[in-house]
Amino acid sequence: MKPAPFDYVRPGSLGEALQALAGHPEAKVLAGGQSLVPLLSMRLAAPAVLVDINGLPDLDHVRADADGVRIGALARHAQVLRDPDVARVQPLVPLALADVAHATIRNRGTTVGSLVHADAAAEMPMVLRLLDGSVDVVGPQGRRTIAADDLYVGPLESSLHHDEIAVEAFFPALAGGSGVAFEEIARRHGDYAMCGVAAVVAVEDGRVVSARAGYLSVSDVPAVVDLTEALDGETTPAALARAADAALAVLEPETDIHATADYRAHLARVLTARVVTAAHQHARQHARQEQS
Amino acid sequence: MTEEIHRIRLRVNGVEHEVAVPARRLLSDALRHDLGLTGTHVGCEHGVCGACTILVDGAPMRSCLTFAVSAAGSELTTVEGLARPDGSLGPVQQAFRECHGLQCGFCTPGFLTTITAGLAENPDPTEDEARDMVAGNLCRCTGYQNIVKAVCRAAEIAREDRDSA
Ligand SMILES: Cc1cc2nc3c(=O)[nH]c(=O)nc-3n(C[C@H](O)[C@H](O)[C@H](O)COP(=O)(O)OP(=O)(O)OC[C@H]3O[C@@H](n4cnc5c(N)ncnc54)[C@H](O)[C@@H]3O)c2cc1C
Ligand code: FES
Ligand code: FES
Repeated sequence: MKPAPFDYVRPGSLGEALQALAGHPEAKVLAGGQSLVPLLSMRLAAPAVLVDINGLPDLDHVRADADGVRIGALARHAQVLRDPDVARVQPLVPLALADVAHATIRNRGTTVGSLVHADAAAEMPMVLRLLDGSVDVVGPQGRRTIAADDLYVGPLESSLHHDEIAVEAFFPALAGGSGVAFEEIARRHGDYAMCGVAAVVAVEDGRVVSARAGYLSVSDVPAVVDLTEALDGETTPAALARAADAALAVLEPETDIHATADYRAHLARVLTARVVTAAHQHARQHARQEQS
Repeated sequence: MTEEIHRIRLRVNGVEHEVAVPARRLLSDALRHDLGLTGTHVGCEHGVCGACTILVDGAPMRSCLTFAVSAAGSELTTVEGLARPDGSLGPVQQAFRECHGLQCGFCTPGFLTTITAGLAENPDPTEDEARDMVAGNLCRCTGYQNIVKAVCRAAEIAREDRDSA
């Protein structure tokens, strides 16, 4: 279980890093290494060159303002999770981050690294899609913004080009009259979950006017389902059952060593009801606070 | 392919070392093989078991998921660095001994480093918080009851230390 040999560079500027990537078709970015190093050690990946971006300046920022939360490529999960402004502007970010791996992994792993690693079992890619966030990348052609919907193209596959570096992620702020919730079921707290669901619900006069839910570990790519129609304004048991049916019609849970497809479907159903209810409550609370 | 060898400086437990390693040398292997600090144990080598946990600038991290070349310039603390200056057991080590928090000891270095950092952040954990503190570390033989007790006892010893200082 040792990585195959590779060349290692640790550039001190973004320009040098881009050059190193452009110079070799089999070069790979190394950020926190918490997903990449296991892949190298198991020899599931054997890049010729690793471009360690940990020495790049000005990429470890976490900024929250009225628009939303901006997270630099070198901000560690732990740093984002600790930030009180992030929690205020978009509470779904810390709710989900608290279940990303164990604290020790969060001390090194980056949130942007997790987003571009594009694992459908990971929390943050799903949250980015659910919130309609985006990732900014820089490549030989300059900077571009990739909307979350265009970022996830297949299992562990993002639409980033091999010579691009993700520099910043953007999670939009919680909108007025909206609420969020997240819950997942894992064998052990901190492990990849067997199923996880997040929801964003908007209310007007207490009635649900929009509801979307994001799902992890029950599809190939992070999945988002619009439940507005199925709920028809309410979160009664009957409405929640309709919402779960609507979600399961598009999800594709699979069996693996951790759980059967049936069990994952069951979890998706139960969690849909729980998080939609919780997000509805949060939305009403949020709406009341705005009025007072 | 002849592998390039990197000469790097690693600062471990306050002592500066120079080592010559290929880029693929895991930090866990650099500590054990190049520096002879075999207190850091290697179990799974993919981040799951926690045996290899060390402190990097005070924060617990997996040494099996870091390359030695990336760790140059950081202040590293291994289990060998947890004793008191006079060589007697540090608070967490003492608590593990008192509470019977280890049997074979394979997992212990990772628990000791993790808990040392955990208590620095939360000096007075509840039992639930203590359990959460060690949730990323696996022990195959002791079971977690005594380890959780040891976390709470270590907090107590550290408090007594502070009060008498
Ligand atoms: C035991 C364990 C449990 C875990 N549990 C979870 C979990 O429950 N949920 C979860 O979401 N994650 C989990 N993780 C993964 C963890 O969150 C990783 O930190 C994260 O997925 C990747 O971030 P990183 O910075 O470590 O990236 P790396 O491992 O360095 O890189 C991952 C991939 O992304 C690419 N990359 C990284 N950053 C950039 C960038 N800026 N630009 C371009 N490409 C880039 C790399 O080339 C590589 O292909 C777990 C990891 C471990 C070891
Ligand atoms: S050896 Fe590093 S986590 Fe298991
Ligand atoms: S004491 Fe043996 S594995 Fe923990």
